[in-house]
This record gives sequence, structure tokens and C-alpha cells, in this order.
Amino acid sequence: MIDIYIMGRRYQVPEGLTIIQALEYAGYKLIRGVGCRAGFCGACATIYNNKNDPQLRYALACQTVVEPEMYLVQLPFFPAGKAFYDLGKIKPSGEVILNLYPDIVKCLGCNSCTKSCPQDLEVMECMSDALRGDIAAVSIKSFDCVMCGLCAARCPQGLVPYNIALLCRRLYGRYLSLPSKHLQDKIEEIAAGEFDSELEELKNMSEDKLRQRYKERTIEPP
Amino acid sequence: MYPTEMEKSIAKLEATRERRLKETFPRLSLDEIESLLERFHPDFWAEGTRQLGVGPNKGDRAPKELADLLEGKSYIDPDQIDLGKIDYDVDVLIIGGGGAGASAALLAQENGASTLLVTKLRLGDANTVGAQAGTQAADRPDDSPAIHYLDTMGGGGFHNIPELVEVLVKDAPLVIRWLESLGVNWDKEPDGSMHELPGGGTSRNRMHAARDYTGLEEMRVLRDEIRNRELNVLEFSPAVELLLDSNGRVAGAILLDLETNELSVVRAKAVILATGGSGRLHYQGFPTTNHYGATGDGLVLAYRVGAKLIFMDTMQYHPTGVAYPQQILGQLVTEKVRTLGAQLVNTEGEQFINPLETRDVVASGIIRECQERQKGVVTSNGQCGVWLDSPMIDIIRGRGTIARELPAMVRQFTRFDIDITRKPILVYPTLHYQNGGIRIDASGATGIPGLFAAGECEGGVHGRNRLIGNSTLDIFVFGRRAGKAAAQWGKGVKPGSLSLEHIHRWQEETARAGLSSRPASPRLLPDYTRHEQTLASLTT
Ligand SMILES: Cc1cc2nc3c(=O)[nH]c(=O)nc-3n(C[C@H](O)[C@H](O)[C@H](O)COP(=O)(O)OP(=O)(O)OC[C@H]3O[C@@H](n4cnc5c(N)ncnc54)[C@H](O)[C@@H]3O)c2cc1C
Ligand code: FES
Repeated sequence: MIDIYIMGRRYQVPEGLTIIQALEYAGYKLIRGVGCRAGFCGACATIYNNKNDPQLRYALACQTVVEPEMYLVQLPFFPAGKAFYDLGKIKPSGEVILNLYPDIVKCLGCNSCTKSCPQDLEVMECMSDALRGDIAAVSIKSFDCVMCGLCAARCPQGLVPYNIALLCRRLYGRYLSLPSKHLQDKIEEIAAGEFDSELEELKNMSEDKLRQRYKERTIEPP
Repeated sequence: MYPTEMEKSIAKLEATRERRLKETFPRLSLDEIESLLERFHPDFWAEGTRQLGVGPNKGDRAPKELADLLEGKSYIDPDQIDLGKIDYDVDVLIIGGGGAGASAALLAQENGASTLLVTKLRLGDANTVGAQAGTQAADRPDDSPAIHYLDTMGGGGFHNIPELVEVLVKDAPLVIRWLESLGVNWDKEPDGSMHELPGGGTSRNRMHAARDYTGLEEMRVLRDEIRNRELNVLEFSPAVELLLDSNGRVAGAILLDLETNELSVVRAKAVILATGGSGRLHYQGFPTTNHYGATGDGLVLAYRVGAKLIFMDTMQYHPTGVAYPQQILGQLVTEKVRTLGAQLVNTEGEQFINPLETRDVVASGIIRECQERQKGVVTSNGQCGVWLDSPMIDIIRGRGTIARELPAMVRQFTRFDIDITRKPILVYPTLHYQNGGIRIDASGATGIPGLFAAGECEGGVHGRNRLIGNSTLDIFVFGRRAGKAAAQWGKGVKPGSLSLEHIHRWQEETARAGLSSRPASPRLLPDYTRHEQTLASLTT
């Protein structure tokens, strides 16, 4: 058993549990601060340090194993600002980012956001890319963001990097990634009813015949 | 880092790799598949299910854990609730904040309805966000909705409802474009064409992905769109009961504020259930890939107002859940690892199943390898598993493929000191998906007037086994359809007075059937606190 400190209070828990499991072992029935339990939803943002090391660290509680003498608190919510926009009516430009998130110019370059990212993303770089209007760079670098909110919580200037990055990715997806011709073609063929008779035939086929068809279908190599 | 014992088995796997790279394990015939499933698939373990004693599916089988809840008591005392005091009054109430609920809300709004979306945790805390491998749509030149139809029927054991599969495959390319127009970043080739991979049971390469964060990308975009349109959302407010009106139509719901325990009354002209799956009921003691709130609530709510469920005796066990390390036991190792080329290998370093068979078949193959053939690898916790030979991917497709295509997987294992670009992954089946659910028609209607359903909580589309990539398709196809149909239905409705009479009737019926001692339901959240159970085996 090891000692951990949840919001300053000591609990004994077995070694090897994740922080979430340790909270539950300690008797907390969680409502906030937990979602997917697998590192994808960002609900479980956690700040901790160690009795002998004041350096703050940041983690997803579902993906991090408790350590002896850990002092931790969850950050299930942070009052981060978000701009409202109609994606169909804005342009993929640096100016739009600046208009929607004017605070971005206040970035001090302190790198607190990057240091706090439990996904190890280059958050501050994303902010300078966004400031330059390099939407593609932000999209690629920020892609693995789970929007846990730690970067916004740590920014001394009140920026909300994860929402700025989301704006960039949405702009990229809608306007900058090249359209897929085969997708468009297929949508038109379907609308023109090109597959209707074949589908109708399959729908009305006896199970035996359908099984036969299934067996005979060719399988494209990967 | 793997313990020495496991490293010994890895050495055998490495010794056979060069030979295996040239080998394709033969696919099983339909007859071989049927006998493998009957002997090893958990659906066929007789002690796992029982007959329902009450309600629209009386006499049908369901997993025991779910059956208890379907027969369960209401949380509320209908006589204690003042239905004269309406807290929220809207055209369409959407219950559930995953991909299905979010799409339904957007489409209901576009079709002129006022909406309220209520959800149990935060908007987007859902199974959707965990989807990694991708979304199916037949849009390449040598693919077609008809081939997609055939694959889906075959995967479902030919039990799927044809009308539902038809709209699933026909709407699919539209859904991909809709998501892109909202700003979803699909993986693409330099010329803009979609980068598509095969999946277990798909005869064409039609998996659309966003790295291995597909569901996260879909969900964060939809969530942002809901916020931009300023649609009403209530978080931490699960529905605990549906309301009917004096004409027997579904007319709203009772919500529970999880933090203050206050109840509130929503009146609506139509209700859409989008509550997702039930992996957190841990059928037959399996760990699960599902999010914390996946407790099958929508099934319970629908059942109590008389909606029929379909295929409730079949669950999907994903073949490749994590078997080591223990901290993340049962979490998902995406099928994309296999679609990119990784083979499944036993402790002797030999293949035993084609890795791209459908999930039910692969899962049964792994269970057979561990139980009957005793060729699994057993960890120090006693957990059996087989190897998923991930390093093959970079050998076949070039160095850097794993890092590029599977960043979430790499990150997850790196956190536990395992480098999947160099070492294989130990896997065992995990509870993943609810194949069946509330029976719907092609518009998402349930047959109970005013009640619609979309996503993992409905059933019929996937027959008895869902294919990879067809669920994150289903949620958008049927979420959009239900949103539109509910908005249109609402236009013709003049609500009668609200009633909880059906809860009285339910209580009488369960009492007559001798089931009064069933637990209160819906379950809402699992209880992992120590007094219940703390074994890490269930709580990952
Ligand atoms: C880890 C993982 C990986 C997956 N990978 C893939 C994949 O690659 N491809 C694919 O096609 N499918 C995949 N699936 C399946 C697919 O993601 C889900 O089936 C699908 O996203 C379900 O969407 P949904 O909207 O129906 O339900 P969910 O996304 O689960 O949303 C349900 C919502 O309802 C809420 N809710 C529940 N009960 C109540 C209540 N009583 N009141 C109010 N709200 C309630 C929940 O909190 C949640 O917000 C995966 C699933 C998991 C878990
Ligand atoms: S609970 Fe979802 S990231 Fe930890």
C-alpha cells in the first residue's frame, strides 16, 4: 500500500492503480472528472506534485499510475472562453482567427501551455502558427488534442489554446483539405438511383442466395 | 517493458516473423465459422442470459445483468411528482450526448424544432469519442452501396433488417461529406481522395479515419457546432423516466440532476433516445472498452413505455482488448492495428486465425486458443492473451507508419513503457458493443408514438454482429434521420396532459410477475468504489 493525498487528505491505496482507480478505491463515487476511462475524452485532467518535489505535473487520471506521496487534484471544469461562429460564413484566414480570438496576440511565449499538455503536444507552437495564420500547421500539430482544458487553465494571459486549435482544424477540414472527387461522384450516382435496382434485388433475395453471393464476393487486397 | 517470462514468448514470435510475413492464414468457411462461434463465443455461454419475465419482450433472452435492469423498479414515485410544473418545454427532447444525439439535435434544429439535449456526463463523454478505427462508406470507384450491403448482412449473420441496412449504406457517403462540411479532417491522399483501409469483414477498403482518433474528431466537431448554434444542452442530467401524455404518446421525460439530486420535468412533442450502449454492465464479468456512462439506460426507459427490443441476447466482444498491462485491461486496441497488417499469434509464434475475419469470429478464435488449445500467454495476474504482432506494420508499410496511423495507441502504451513499434501487444476479447437494441424503422421511429431512437441504443441494423466502422456510420445516419423525423412529427402534435400512469401499471405488472425485488433502474453509473468492488480487472 502507498500513501497518496487527494485534495490534501491522505489515503492508502494499493500500488499499480491508475489515479481514477485510486480515487475510487479511496471511496469516491465519481460524477465529474471521468468519462471514457481510456485517454480520449479529456474529462479527467489532473494536477499533481510530490511531497518532496514541488514541481507541478499534469496528467490524465485514467492513464497515469499513482505514485507514493502524490498530492493531486482533479480539474473537471475550467471557465474557458469560446468564440461563436458560423463555419459556413467565415474564411480560412489568419484575420478570422484574430477576430474570433483577439487575445491570441497577448501570448507571452512562456510555454506553460506546452508544459501542461498531457498529450505532449507543442501547444505554444500551435499558438504562434495560429497567430501567423498557418491553419494547416495548427491542424496537424494539434490533432491529438483531447480538449482537457489544462492549457487554458495554466495560461497566464487567459488564452484558450484548445478552442483556437479546434477553430483551425474545422477551417482546415471544410476549406483547405482538397475535396474528394470519388466521394462526390458516388453521392451523385446514389442520388441518380444507380444502385437502387441492385439493392432492391439483394433486399428481396432468399437467405440462401444471399449467403451464396456473400461467399462469392471478391475481397480487395489491403 | 515486458516481464522476462513474456519476453521468452516474444522471442518465439520474432523467430517466426519473417516466415509469417509471407503467409496469409486461410479464411474459414461459413460452416466452420458457425461451429467456432457456437463453441467459443460468449453469446453462446448458456449461463450468461435468461428469459425476461415481464414487458414487451417477455420470454426473450437477455444477458442477466441487463435483464435485472429491464425488469427493474422506477427511481421515482409517480405520486410524488408534480407534472403541472413543467421545467422545460420544447418540440424535440434528445436524450444522450454522443454522436447520435448530437446529430439528431442539429437536424431537429435545421428542421425547425426547438430542442433540448440532455446528457448524463458532459456533452461528448460517450462511446463515440473512443472510436479509433474509422467510419465505413462505400465511395471509391470499385466499391458500391450494394457491396457494403452484402458485407453488412454477412457480418450480421444475415439477421439484419434489410430496410435499415439499405439506408445505412445509401446515406453513408453523404454522411462523410456532411461531417467534412462541418470541419471534420479525414485522412486523405495528397490529391484529396480519401485514404481508406479495409476492416474485418469488409470486402473493400472503405474505412474513413482521422488518424486513430476518428470518434474524437467527429465528436469535438459536432459538439462545437452545437455550441455555435447555441442549442440548449443540460449536462449531468440523465433521464430517469419517460413521460406519456393522455393520448398515450411519448411526451417528455423526468431528469435527475446528478449533483443536486433534484428532479425536473421536460415536456416535448417528440423524444429521441440516443443513450448508447451498455458495456459498463460488465456482462459475464468481462472488462469493457465503453465509457463510464454506458449502462443501457435508454433500453430501460423505452422498455417501460412498451417499445420492443431486438437482438438483446447478442453483444460484441472486441477481439483485441488490452490483456497487459493490468492498469488498462480491457481497453481497446483498435482493429486498425490488424487492418494495417498485424497478425494474431499464439505463444508458439504461430498464427491461428485470419486477423480480418469478423469480430465475433476472431474473438472466438482467441478464446479457443487460450481455453481449449492452451496456447495463450498467461500474465503474472493470471490473465491469458495472445500476441498482436504490431511491429509487422512498419515492416510491411514502411518505417513511421505506426507513428503516423496509430498515435493514440503508441501514446497509450508508451505511458506504460511499451513501444508497440518494436514489441507486440498482448490482447484478449473485451466487451465492446451492444449489437441489438430498441427496434426502429428507417426514420428512427420506434412504433411508440412520439418516441425515436438512434445509435448504439437501437437495434436491427447490425443483425447479430456489427462490422467495424458501421457504428460510427449508424449514429450519423440514424441520428440525422431521427432528428428530422422527430421535428416533423412534432409539428403535427398537440400535447395532451402529462402522465406517469405507465409507471403505476409497470409496478403492478412486475409485482404480479413476482419481480418486485429487482433493483432500481436505469443504472446511470457503475459503482466502482471499494465497498462494491475494486479489482482493477473491472474498473479500467
Ligand atoms: C473504445 C471504442 C472504440 C470504437 N471504435 C469504433 C470504430 O472505430 N468505428 C465504429 O464504427 N465504431 C466504433 N465504436 C463504436 C461506436 O463508437 C459507438 O457504438 C457509437 O459511437 C455510439 O454512439 P451513440 O451516440 O449511439 O452513443 P454514445 O456515443 O455512447 O453516446 C451516448 C450518450 O448518452 C448519454 N446517456 C446515457 N444514458 C443517459 C441517460 N439516462 N440520460 C441522458 N443521457 C444518457 C451518455 O452519457 C452519452 O453521452 C467504438 C466504441 C468504443 C467504446
Ligand atoms: S476519462 Fe477520458 S481521458 Fe481520462
